[in-house]
Amino acid sequence: MNQTRRKFLKTATYIGATTAAIGSGVLLPQRVLGAYNAEAFAAKDVNSALTASMGSDQLTASDAIKLKAPDIAENGAVVPVTVSSTLANVTAISIIASANQSPLTSSYQLTSVCEAFVSTRIKMGKTADVSAVVKADGKLYSASKEVKVTIGGCGG
Amino acid sequence: MASIKIRAKAKGGITTVKTLMSHPMETGLRKDKKTGEKIPAHHITEVSAEHNGNVVMTANWGGAISKNPYLSFKFKGGASGDKIKISWVDNKGESDSMEAAIK
Repeated sequence: MNQTRRKFLKTATYIGATTAAIGSGVLLPQRVLGAYNAEAFAAKDVNSALTASMGSDQLTASDAIKLKAPDIAENGAVVPVTVSSTLANVTAISIIASANQSPLTSSYQLTSVCEAFVSTRIKMGKTADVSAVVKADGKLYSASKEVKVTIGGCGG
Repeated sequence: MASIKIRAKAKGGITTVKTLMSHPMETGLRKDKKTGEKIPAHHITEVSAEHNGNVVMTANWGGAISKNPYLSFKFKGGASGDKIKISWVDNKGESDSMEAAIK
């Protein structure tokens, strides 16, 4: 067995293993994720953030959306927010903190099996309206609530 | 690196998933108090949830989600023993995923 053949075999085995790993998805953990909407999170005002994330800024206030957030948040770095809705065919939910430097905190794409329910914790710079924007049947509905912040959570 | 905790419970045909991730979630706006320099942004940008291999929900996050994020959502279907997989990617390209069974 000469040196070159040995080298060749070694390389071939390595390439084979790598290809198999790619094929089985081991090296591609992010392949299922959708495109990240950087523009929507960079937006500095509520309307452009909504247009970028939900496709429109035309909102209809709706009683069918329940937005649960504290009246007074002692710590703006951790504000629990829960959004739920009885609207049918909800495909997306966004949570907006209107006074933040970038108002869009998060948006969720829901598939048809999902209940219209999302709960998370957001940061708020100062006292502001928190809005839940729900996309149902292609239309946007919203509900808002003022949350008073005694200590800001965005910098300082 | 196990940075994700998952609790999933099926009840009355609806599965409730609660998850906690450990992540600094830097907004990029905060300043280091000693040096006065801005701490660069480092936050999760995308979270996806799979039920038995099918994506049920994806989330896009900005820096305004609290440190060590909590997320809860519900979906129809799902039975005890089914697999729930949560994965995240952050703005530095780091990622993690975790799988757990529904109770």
